[in-house]
Parts: sequence; structure tokens; C-alpha cells
Amino acid sequence: MEQELLVMKNINKSFPGVRALKDVSLSLQRGEVRALIGENGAGKSTLMKILSGVYQADSGQIFWEGKETKIHSTTEAADMGISIIYQELNLMPNMSILENIFLGREYKKARFLMDFKKAAQEARGYADMVGLNLDVHTLVQDLSIAQRQMVEVAKALSMHAKLIVMDEPTSSLTDRETEILLNVVRKLRDSGVTVVFISHRLSELFEIADRISVLRDGESVGTVEVKDCSEERLIAMMVGRSLEDIYPKFDTKIGEVVLEARHLQAGAMVQDVSFQLRKGEILGFAGLVGAGRSEVMRAIFGVDRLESGEIYVDGQRLTLRSPADAIRAGLGLVPEDRKLLGLILDMSVRENVTLACLREEMQKGVLKESREEEITQQYIEQLGIKTPGQEQKVLNLSGGNQQKVVIGKWLATHPKILILDEPTRGIDVGAKKEIHELMSRLAATGVGIIMISSEMPEVLGMSDRVIVMHGGRICGELSREEANQEHIMGLILEAAE
Amino acid sequence: MNNQVEKKQDASGILRRITKSNSFGIFIILLAMCLLLTLAVRDKFLSGSNIVSVIRQFSFYGILAIGMCMVIITAGIDLSVGSVFALAGVLACIAITKWNLPVFVSVLIGMAVGLVVGYFNGFCVTILKLPPMIATLGTMSIARGVAYTVTGGYPIGSLPDSFKFLGLGYIAGIPTPIVLMVVLAVLATLFLQKTVIGRWIYAIGGNEEGARLSGVPVNQIKRLVYALSGLMAAISGIAMAARLGVGQSTSGLSYEMDAIAATVIGGASLSGGSGSILGAIIGAAIMGVLRNGLVLLDVSAYWQQTVIGIVIILAVTLDNLRHLKKK
Repeated sequence: MEQELLVMKNINKSFPGVRALKDVSLSLQRGEVRALIGENGAGKSTLMKILSGVYQADSGQIFWEGKETKIHSTTEAADMGISIIYQELNLMPNMSILENIFLGREYKKARFLMDFKKAAQEARGYADMVGLNLDVHTLVQDLSIAQRQMVEVAKALSMHAKLIVMDEPTSSLTDRETEILLNVVRKLRDSGVTVVFISHRLSELFEIADRISVLRDGESVGTVEVKDCSEERLIAMMVGRSLEDIYPKFDTKIGEVVLEARHLQAGAMVQDVSFQLRKGEILGFAGLVGAGRSEVMRAIFGVDRLESGEIYVDGQRLTLRSPADAIRAGLGLVPEDRKLLGLILDMSVRENVTLACLREEMQKGVLKESREEEITQQYIEQLGIKTPGQEQKVLNLSGGNQQKVVIGKWLATHPKILILDEPTRGIDVGAKKEIHELMSRLAATGVGIIMISSEMPEVLGMSDRVIVMHGGRICGELSREEANQEHIMGLILEAAE
Repeated sequence: MNNQVEKKQDASGILRRITKSNSFGIFIILLAMCLLLTLAVRDKFLSGSNIVSVIRQFSFYGILAIGMCMVIITAGIDLSVGSVFALAGVLACIAITKWNLPVFVSVLIGMAVGLVVGYFNGFCVTILKLPPMIATLGTMSIARGVAYTVTGGYPIGSLPDSFKFLGLGYIAGIPTPIVLMVVLAVLATLFLQKTVIGRWIYAIGGNEEGARLSGVPVNQIKRLVYALSGLMAAISGIAMAARLGVGQSTSGLSYEMDAIAATVIGGASLSGGSGSILGAIIGAAIMGVLRNGLVLLDVSAYWQQTVIGIVIILAVTLDNLRHLKKK
């Protein structure tokens, strides 16, 4: 027991509308490699952010080297010896390896002068430790992703980190680079550093980790020794929950193909994507965050340029130069980030609801306030938007009501195809249910619906058909009957290898 | 009975709308300034001829502020208006005196130049993806340079009275530049408040990417707005040449700053999405009254610059505080 470096006990953390962590406990030994796995939203990142002082736990205890501590800030965590290496690395690309390693703690000779020689010597030492055989004056922007990660590790070592957390370090690495990284992790472990390794690649975890902890829906499911564990068991632990929520999905008459995508290609995240959507169908897109699902929808909606591929609506080929073209063809997109992309926050409910339909509704381009009010009132009632009035700025509405405003905006254009990207993320349970009901009702009227969701139960509960994506490619398609969590997770993990 | 009640509510509703409107605060500031000046130098300030001359004075950059306001609502900025002002003025004069074109055609040429330079600004911002500050800084220099080149630096005079009417004349007893400003301001207000494109202009400033995703043709609208700003600058510049009776390549120097100041005093935010033509005109009026007041109070011309700077900072700070309180 005296070996324990860190114990987190009964950690709870809530965000408005979501309980992110429920009584989560985690204890780490000195010099072990611990894998942390779980689906999107399982609470991995939240837990690590509490550990690094970004968030404060609502309740629970943290013991560091046997003593109870509170971690109030990231600097405190760093001083204690906790380093976190995020997926999107925190390096300054325009600075050298040396400068990045000592950023914020520059070696000083006199009060203001930097001691470059001594700094360079030390940096050299840390770089060697992580196998970075480069001049320490090389700029970070000239390094590969893998090398940048090594700089992060070197930086952590220079801060005398006792615990290094790596958040999906291998997700953008080649096999060879991954091998190098795993070697560095082994070296770290042998020198007594504890490493927490977050990854979706199970095979990698089996290779590197001593033990694996599984989180699910904000709760700890358990910790297992790698040597007596199988992949099947891990997947079962990750997804093993029953569909306790009842989803208001009813059978609809599924009609003709309304949207067809053929061999879409757009950047790294849209690779040869083909699928069909039928009238009255809810098509779920499952996958991990960053699987390329949103990018596919952005390309279909004319936001990002298609490099190649064809899109057909009602059998007619679509040329898209801008979202305006997509809207004219009968598409609507409820984007992932409603505040950044879905709404004009400083504008009123009325101005937001009517924004996309003005072109169609207003004759000769002249605004008619009475018509605007009529349209807005219709969707306030139909969607149950709770607002003191049409003139209320959407900034002041709750998340659920904001989302309803975005949906109202698209319904006002009478779309044939409605794409919803994470439609219920971060909104309360009541509004969530209302949005699900609305989707079902819309489908029943013959609208084809695409729903991207990273919440498995939502995908399974609402979809007639599920398409699974990973790394910009479609890696499987399941009917409502075939689709279950193990199946989907299996497809993702298979593709991740 | 019912009708009367409704009417009453309507009236109080309108009153509330006025007092709550963004321009109300600065309107009070304007009134306060006028009141102070009346108390200090009663006869000189309140005389009819002084008031008219003040309004005529600020109507030139008031017209610039109309275009500037639209650009600033889209979260852009147009530094080229002062140069376009000069270029359009001298070209209209050259068209009349050197090319012997009719006044009407010459004025149209001047206006077209404004549209073209403005559209080029829009092209730089939307196609070349230059920051508005840089794009219009470039055209500011280009337009001024062209104005110097075509005139050789000399003023272009001996203009016909029908042209001078645009600056010196009166329509129904009101000086032409004031009529121009009022008409353009009303048109621009209707355009911004009552048309789909006007709504789009605000939407772009509020959230450009969000607007694009809602089907707003963002780039086309931006080009239109810069072109309109160029047009306003040209109209104002032509009127100024008419008023002075000469086209000068040096006219309108640093007018872009006056237009920006007027717009910002008028409640527009440089981060876009807010602002009104009425506010911009009141902002121009504040600067005009201030300049006039300083002259009447015998403040040295050197100090005037300083005072105007202080007023800009104070006015915008006051407005910010008012908004904070509202929240």
C-alpha cells in the first residue's frame, strides 16, 4: 500500500444538466502504466482535468503520496509533479524545442538575462531521455507530431513529473512512431514515473499497460490486470449497460431515397464516403469524437468544399457552392456547436428563427414584421420554446431552448432532409426528450433525418439504421435490429487498429 | 374606448422604444452639449445661421458615416473613405472642366469611381481574404495617389453653377448637403431595418460563420457593403468639391477617422453586429457641435483635436457603462 502515488476517492462532478462523474475512484501505483478507457462522455477527460486542476471536484478526496491534497490550479498540479499531455499539444510552434521545454521557467543568469548555455545542456539531457535526437534549437513547427509529443514528454520530465497523463497520444501517429512512443513510456515506467495512458486502441493497451481502468457514464466500472483480461471483456465493461431510457421512436413508413452521397472526398476526415438516406428514415451516425462525421455533413451542406464525389437529392445531382445552395435543395443542418455556428447570439428569437427562411418568405426582399412574428410564433408553439417573448436575445435562453430555436430555424425552411449534429449535447433531460419526440414526428411526415450522436443509447434508441465511422471512413452499417453497443464498439475498435 | 386604450399603449410603447433605443443615450449627450453651449455663448451658438452651418459642416462626414456604419456592422472597417472622397471629387471636376461632359454625367462618373473602389475593397476582403484594415489601408493610399496624379496637385476650379448647387444650393430653404445627408440616412435606415439584406448585414456582424450556415451569401453582402461605403464617400466628396468650388486632391484627409469616430460614438461596436445609421448621424452631430463650440469658446485649433479625442473616449465609455447596467 505504501507504493500508492495517487488515490482519488469518490470524486463527484456535475455540469449544468449533466452529472459527469459519480463516485469515481482511482488509485495509481508508483511506476505503473495505467490505461484509462471508456466511450465518449464516459468521464475520462473530466477526471483528468480534475487531477490537473482545470476543474475542481464537487466532492471527494485526493491523496497524493499518502497525503490528502486539494488541487486548485494547473500550476499547483505541475508543482506537485503532475503533467498532462493533451491530444492537441500545448506547444508554441514558433519556438524552439529548448524554449518550449523551459517555457515560463526560463533559466536566468542575472535578473533578466537567460542562461542559454545551461538551459541548452539540460534540454539536451531531457531530449536524449525521450530519444529526441535533434538540435534543441530546432523550431517545433518543423517537427512531426510524434516528435512534438516527445517534446511534451521532455518538458514533463524537466518539471520532475512523477505522474504523466497522455490523452490519446497515438491517435495521429504511424505504427512506427507509436512503437517509439511506447518505448519511451516503458522507459519512463522503469525510471519510476507513473503513466496514465488514454487510448481507444486496445491492442496497444495490451502491449503497454499494467492495468486497465474502465469508466462508463461517469462511473468507475472496474480495474483489471492486463494479463487476465480479454478484449471481449473490456468491450463488455465499456458498453455494458441496458437501454434503460425509453426512446420515443415509432415505426414510420420509410420511402424513397431522398439523399445519396457517392464517394465523397474532402480533406483527411472524409474518405470515400457513400450512403443513402430515405424519406421518413432516421439514419444514425456513430463513431468516436473526431471520426469525421461532422466533416461529412459539412461537405454535404456546402460548407467545406468537396474534392470529389457526388451528392444527389431526389435523384438530382447537386452542385454545392455554399450552404445557400444546400438550403435551396431542401437541406437543413443543426450544427454541433449551437453557440458558435447555430445561432446569432446577440439577435432575438424572432431574428434567429427566421434567418434561414427570409429569402423564401419575404417578397422582393422586403421584411414584413407581421409575417416574421407569425412564423416565429408557430415554432415557439410547435417546439415549446420557453422564452419571455420573440424579442428576447437567444443569448439569454437555456441550452435546450437555444437548440429548439436552431431547429425551429430549419423547420421554417420546410426541409426535405434535416441533419442534426449532436442534437442533444449539453441540454437537460426534459428538452432532450422533447427533441427526440420531435425527430420522430418529423420522420413520420416524410423528412429524412441524419443524426450524428456520440451517445450510444441515443444512436441505438432513435435510429432506423446506423452508420459507423472511424478515421474519415465508413467502417460499417447496421440495421436497427443488428445494432447494439458491442457491435458498434467492435466496429470502431476494429477500424482503429 | 378600446381603441383609445390601445392608442395610449401604442404611444407609451413608442416612447419606451425611443428611450430604450441605443441612440437615445448619445442623443441626450448631444442635447446636453447644445444646452451647455447655449448657456455659455447663447447668441453665437443659437443663431440660425450658426446652427445651419454646423449641420452643413458635419453633413459631409455624416454621409461618410452612413457607409462606414454599414461596414462596421459587418465587423469590418473602411479606411479608404477619405481618399475616395477626394478622388471622386476631383474626377467629377475633371470630367466637367477637361472632358467637357455634362454635370449630370460627371457626377455619375464620380459616384461610379466610389462604387468601383469600394467594390475592390470588398473583393480584397472576400476573395483575397485580406483583413479589412489592411485592404482599405491599401486602397486609401492608392486612391489618394491617383487623386494627386490626375490633378498634378493643383486644384481644379472654374466649375459651373449647376455643379456648385450640390454644395452651395438650397432645396426648400435647406442647404443641399444637409438634404443629401437626411435622404441618404433615411434610405440607409430603411435598407438596414426593412430589407432581408439589411438583416443579413447585422447577422454577418453577429456571427459570420453562423450566418453562412444559415444560407446568408456572406461574401456577396460584404462586397455590396464596401461598395456602398465607397459610394457614400464619393457622394460626400462630390458635394464638398461643389461647396468649395474646386476639386482638391488633398480634401478629406483623415475624414475616415471622423467617420469611424462618429459611427462608434453612435453606438456601433467594432466587433460587429450592432450600430445604427441614426446613431452614426448623431455621432457626427456631436463632433460637429463640439468643433463649433470650441471655436465659439475661443479654444485654440490645436486643442480641438485633443478635446475631440477625449470626447470619443468618454462617449464610448459612457455607452459601454449603460449597456453593462442594462445587462
